[in-house]
Amino acid sequence: MKNRVVITGMGVVAPNGVGLEEFETAIRNGQSGIEFYQELADLNFSCQIGGKPKISSEKLKNYFTDLQLRGLNSSGIIYGVIAGTDAWADAGLSKADEEAPDWDSGIIFGTGILGVDKFREAIHLIDAGKTRRLGSTSVIQTMASGISAYLGGILGCGNQVTTNSSACTTGTEALLMGFERIQAGKAKRMLVGSCSDHGPYVWGGFDAMRILPGNYNDTPQEAPGPLSALAAGFIPGSGAGALLLEDYASAKERGARIYAEVMGGEVNSGGQRGGGSMTAANSQAVQRCIKGAIENSGISANEIDAINGHLTGTSRDPVEIENWILGLDRKKENFPYINSLKGLMGHCLSASGSIECVASVLQLYKNFIFGNVNCEKLHPEISTLIASEKIPRKTIEIPLNIIAKASFGFGDVNGIVIFKKITE
Amino acid sequence: MPEKEILEKLKAIVTPYVQNKEGLENFNENTDFLNDLKINSANLVDVVLDVEDEFNIEIDTESMNGMLTAGDAKNIILEKIK
Repeated sequence: MKNRVVITGMGVVAPNGVGLEEFETAIRNGQSGIEFYQELADLNFSCQIGGKPKISSEKLKNYFTDLQLRGLNSSGIIYGVIAGTDAWADAGLSKADEEAPDWDSGIIFGTGILGVDKFREAIHLIDAGKTRRLGSTSVIQTMASGISAYLGGILGCGNQVTTNSSACTTGTEALLMGFERIQAGKAKRMLVGSCSDHGPYVWGGFDAMRILPGNYNDTPQEAPGPLSALAAGFIPGSGAGALLLEDYASAKERGARIYAEVMGGEVNSGGQRGGGSMTAANSQAVQRCIKGAIENSGISANEIDAINGHLTGTSRDPVEIENWILGLDRKKENFPYINSLKGLMGHCLSASGSIECVASVLQLYKNFIFGNVNCEKLHPEISTLIASEKIPRKTIEIPLNIIAKASFGFGDVNGIVIFKKITE
Repeated sequence: MPEKEILEKLKAIVTPYVQNKEGLENFNENTDFLNDLKINSANLVDVVLDVEDEFNIEIDTESMNGMLTAGDAKNIILEKIK
């Protein structure tokens, strides 16, 4: 007998909103977090726009000690610690006491790369022959597992504490890894999520690949969104999302508020075969992932009310829609509602999966579907595949029961999770 | 530089790293960084860097390893600024 897994807490640090309340308002009202950055212009970036969450130095003091703040130069750790700590508190949990950790709680908190600004500091010192000037925190701020290590120490978790990494699938994969651990009875609570650093040293490689739009530096908030006829590449973002997964019995026992149930999901890879590559998804793998997620969740494809897509705003958007049609065997008017957050906050890379999972669960819990922005004119291929009203351009209020969330990443890796409103 | 002034500067330098603030109340030559102040041993390298900046000296690893108390640190500083 597998344990049921529910979500009892969430936290989010997104370019268009920090904290659940601010974030929900932003996605409901179509408030964009995309801005022009002079720093990128000075560095001759083609794309000089992006998304960074806004965190005041006052706010930082609520999450970090003065000692932790000394020399802290890892935006991913800042975002991840805030989102993770918030999710923990949102679930009504308190930090473990000084003497012993909470053995039943673990953390799987992913990232793509951590502490790039701190690493840059270190590289400059090392190249100048001043390695001894690095101080004690260079390692902990730049090791990939730095984010789960910081959270593990702040909260006092004694179960598995680790970091996963699978490019833009990271956050969704983390959720499914935590889900499986609770399902198997190995933990009662798993804090899952992901974070992504911001700035030129993370975004530069994508700019060099020429997959970011370069024509909207003067009008950042008008850059075409996913599903748009004009979509010309994704806008880079950053941030973190976190969800507290909990064994259903444990959540009931402590009377916790339950946002939704995780029914199941699937992760797989296209093996960079059959049309898949390091940067493009093998469509057959995506369809298998969709079908696998549905089967593992014990639902039928027709029960899915809405999809929160990966949909980044590149030429691959129509392919994703086609894969959903084949994976679900639903098209035109029979297709579920679909939306993408990336028009509002950019593609938050390794943080995207977790931030978008938070958005998906908020929609389910509060019965709304946020509107897709900057896609007034739909991509012509997409509009022949699915009915245009299935792509809301304005937020709609509607009862929802099941949402599917997908993330795809470089390396031809896929992750899909199915959320359902809780039933006793 | 008077020894008293060195100790005062040392106290200010170690303060951010101290986990047992009570240990600071009676800060003197015998104050042990790890046992009395509960400074995380990994942070001792940061204390050393801050001391180097404050007194414009360089403290090698051997000297650092002998720097267990405020008095040890004071003596090392006195030696280096001579």
